Parts: sequence; C-alpha cells; structure tokens
Amino acid sequence: MSLTQADVRRIARLARLQVNDTEVAEVEQKLNGIFGLIEQLKAIDTEGVEPMSHARDVALRLREDVATETNRRAAFQAVAPAVEDGLYLVPKVIE
Amino acid sequence: MQWEVVIGLEIHTQLSTQSKIFSASSTRFGNEPNTQASAVDIALPGVLPVMNRAAVEKAIQFGLAIGAKINRKSIFARKNYFYPDLPKGYQISQFEVPVVEGGQVTIRVGDQDKVINLTRAHLEEDAGKSVHEDFHGMSGIDLNRAGTPLLEIVSEPEMRSAAEAIAYAKALHSLVTWIGICDGNMQEGSFRCDVNVSVRPLGQKEFGTRREIKNLNSFKFMEQAIKYEVQWQIEQIEDGHKIQQATVLFDPDSGQTRMMRSKEDAHDYRYFPDPDLPPLVIDEAWIERVRSELPELPEAMQARFQSQYGIPAYDAATLTSSKAMASYYEATVAAGADAKLASNWIMGEISATLNREERDIADSPVAADALALLIRRVMDGTINNKTAKDVLKKMWEAGDSADAIIERDGLKQESDTGAIEAIIDEVLAANAAMVEEYKSGKEKAFNALVGQCMKASKGKANPAQVNEVLKRKLG
Repeated sequence: MSLTQADVRRIARLARLQVNDTEVAEVEQKLNGIFGLIEQLKAIDTEGVEPMSHARDVALRLREDVATETNRRAAFQAVAPAVEDGLYLVPKVIE
Repeated sequence: MQWEVVIGLEIHTQLSTQSKIFSASSTRFGNEPNTQASAVDIALPGVLPVMNRAAVEKAIQFGLAIGAKINRKSIFARKNYFYPDLPKGYQISQFEVPVVEGGQVTIRVGDQDKVINLTRAHLEEDAGKSVHEDFHGMSGIDLNRAGTPLLEIVSEPEMRSAAEAIAYAKALHSLVTWIGICDGNMQEGSFRCDVNVSVRPLGQKEFGTRREIKNLNSFKFMEQAIKYEVQWQIEQIEDGHKIQQATVLFDPDSGQTRMMRSKEDAHDYRYFPDPDLPPLVIDEAWIERVRSELPELPEAMQARFQSQYGIPAYDAATLTSSKAMASYYEATVAAGADAKLASNWIMGEISATLNREERDIADSPVAADALALLIRRVMDGTINNKTAKDVLKKMWEAGDSADAIIERDGLKQESDTGAIEAIIDEVLAANAAMVEEYKSGKEKAFNALVGQCMKASKGKANPAQVNEVLKRKLG
C-alpha cells in the first residue's frame, strides 16, 4: 500500500496539521517509508497469534468508585485564555 | 409501491456511578460549571486515566441481563475528532473488542412479541457540554459531564416500524433502570437515542441508504422524528431522488429533521488502541458474582406473577413495567389483598391517580399495606366497590386508614337482611309503575329498581344482597 499526496493532505486536515505544498512530497515519502516497514511486518506468518493491543502484557488496573477530587476550577481557569461565568470560552461552535 | 422501514438504534446510557469513568471526579448533575472537572477530565498534559471498577461491573450486569457474551478481554480505543467539549482531541471508547457482544431483548407491539438482537454494548466516556448562548461571539464550555461513564448499546437493524423502535427503546429503558445501572432520567440526558432509519421496497433484500437521527431524548420526539423521516425518505425516492447517507437532527418545534452533516464530511475517527489503557480483563469469578447478585428480571417476574398469583398475562406485564410497581403489588398481596383485586386497583385507580398527579408509585401517599386493608374491607363485605373508591380518595388526601374513614363517615355496608328488606319494600311501594314494567317482561326495569334501592340506602347496601332479595320479592 502506498499513499498519494491527496491522502497526505486529508490525513493532515483530519489531524489539524498544517502541511504546505513543498512539505507534502516529503511527508508522502516518509509515510510511504513507514508503510514499507509495515509491509515487511505483514509478510510474517501470524497464523494463530492473538492480535496484540498493548505493548505490555498487563491487565487494566481498576479503582474503586469513590469521588475524591475537589473543586480546582479557579486554579485550572487561571491559565485559560478566556473564561466567563465559570465556563471556558472558545471560538463559536455551531452544530 | 409498498415500503418497508428498517430501524436500528444506538442508545447512550449514563452509568449511575459516584465518580467518573477514568477519574475520581463526581458525576453529579447540575452543579456549577467546571467544578467537577479534574486535571484528567480537562486533559492537562501528563495525566493518565484510571478505570472505574463500578462502570465495568454495570456493563457486566447489563450483558448478563440480556444474555450476551461478556468478553473476558476487551480493548479501549481512541476515537479521534476535534471539538471544544472534548479536551483530549479523542474520546476513549471501545472499537474492535467491546465488553459486551450479542444478547437479546423481547419487545411487545400490540399483542405480538418480537425478539430484537443486539450487536454490542461498549464502555466509553461522555464529552462535556457546549453552551451556545452569546458570550461576545464565543461559545462556553462546561466540562462537568466530560468523563461520565457511558454504556453505548447498539441494536441490529431489526425494527420495522416507529412503534417497534419505541417499544425497544422503552424495553431497554425499563431494563437498565430495573437492574439499577442507569437512573433513566431522559431530561438530564442519562438515556439518549440515535436512530438509524432507512426504507426499501417491500421484499427487497438489500437495505436502503440510511440516515441517522441524533440525540433524541424523549420517546415522543423519537416517534415524531421517525415518522417524519420515513415519510421524507419515501417521498424523496418516489420523486426520483437518491437518499444520501447523512446525520440529521430533529427539531421538535417544526416536527422536522434537518441535515447536520453529509457523508462527504462524515467523521473519519481513525480509531486505534489507547496506549494508556491495557486490556480490560474480566474473570469468571467476577461474572459469576455479578450473576448471583442480579435481581429477578422483568420477563422472569412476569412469568412468576402469572403462575404464583394466577393473574392474566396483561396484568403481569403491566405490574412488572417497573420494579417499584412490582414490589408495590407484591407488598399489597402479602398484606392480605386478593391477587386479582390488588392488580385491578393498582392498574386502575392507583395508576390513574399517580399519573394525574405525575407521581411515582414509590412515593404513593397510599402505601401498599394501606391499600391492602382497603381491599380486604371490600373482600369481607364491609364496603362495596363504589364506596371503596371514595374511601381511597380520602385516604389519598388525608393519609388516614381505610378503617378510620369507614368508621368516621359511617360508610359500613348494610348487610343486615332486615334493614335491606325494609328499604326494598319502601322502594317497591313507591315505584309501582316500574314493578309493573318488570313483570310485563322489561328486564331493564330490574336494574332501575336496584339503583333506587342503592340510592335509598345512600350507597351502603350490599349490592349482591339487594339483587337477591329484590329477585325473591318480585319473583
């Protein structure tokens, strides 16, 4: 599998990354290089091997259901660019 | 052309935990904005999610209640999209391997039972809330809800009408509240439905192109939205247009659905396993403990009510429509009321009054044992049915016992044969014309005479006795 420049632009847009016209070719080449490595991995016979979803062979740790966090709004909002009535303000979003 | 409607539902249920799914913030609804948003919830750099055991347990409860497979190992994934109420830039959800797979729910439409298969149910975190009021051209973000545990329940596209979709949503709503994993509060968004709707010519195998109606938070709106959407799709196709896959919103004011986004700019979520969270492992012992602690489920209870109390299927279904109603019924019978009379009173007067006052049966001013006493007074002939309804009204208002009201207001039914005979003799003497009518073969005149006797006794005469004595005297 190899990517086209259109794919690169689309992926960049989905990730909110700015990739200008001169960078597109370079990114395309790098990404396709990674895909080359993946192709090599895919050549390995993995018949009967359970797909790995995590690098470490551990189970998820679970915590008891207790609410212990206190209200730290003032501290968190002190570093926010804009707040009002306890809300974070962001550029207008309309569905 | 005959059209067939195809509907599948995705329902987001908020799990009723104390704390959030990945942080120790409170999940309480309605507090000051951002006062329940911790460093994890607002996604400050360097924080890590830690899974809430209770959220997993509730998912297991649900899976067992619908006879689904509980995956011994399930995986959390990142669902990537950008929106200001999702501070991490991704939602932690489950993708390839959800915690619950399969399962079934039985719905009833008219007098037909139908089994709906479920695809899956997966754990995920809720997003925050955007406030679109005017903040000098900006939007406000409240992250109190961010990280609230959700179980998203996905059905197969097996419903064939709005009525079936509503019945399914109601069945699920009743089940999740029954087993206590969700408070079911639709106004507060604890139970939100996305409905996938398509139409196809009757008999066609392939599905039509579907449109998804997002975020319906009442059964009434769901019904309106589906009916509108189905009609719209059929008209489009009959006018020669093709349906484009899209996400739409229902506007309750206009009663119409409108496009939110088309397939072209549909989200590409680029799911991948979340490296912050190793696989969720659920062992046999845990599942068995949850199984042993599950309450009796509505279907099993319905069957038991029919066999144990000898009441009809309809009664059993109505009485098990909520856990509170079922336990109220059982308590009434346990306190000595006849099983069928108790059913009639609860489905009739009690439910009607509760509905009128918009109260839940759990807060009924007349407790189960108080109702049982009233029913016992009907059973032992102290009062007749009609008087009992008046007594109930007074019990409801004043909170007095049935006996106290019967005593105070002198409502005891007249069962003394001598007294009843005296009343009947008076009535017969005063209504000679009616007696003649009856004797000449007009059966209706008999009922009129019974009515006169009841009136003369101020409603206190035992109706069965009046009938009997009257027949004897006229015979």
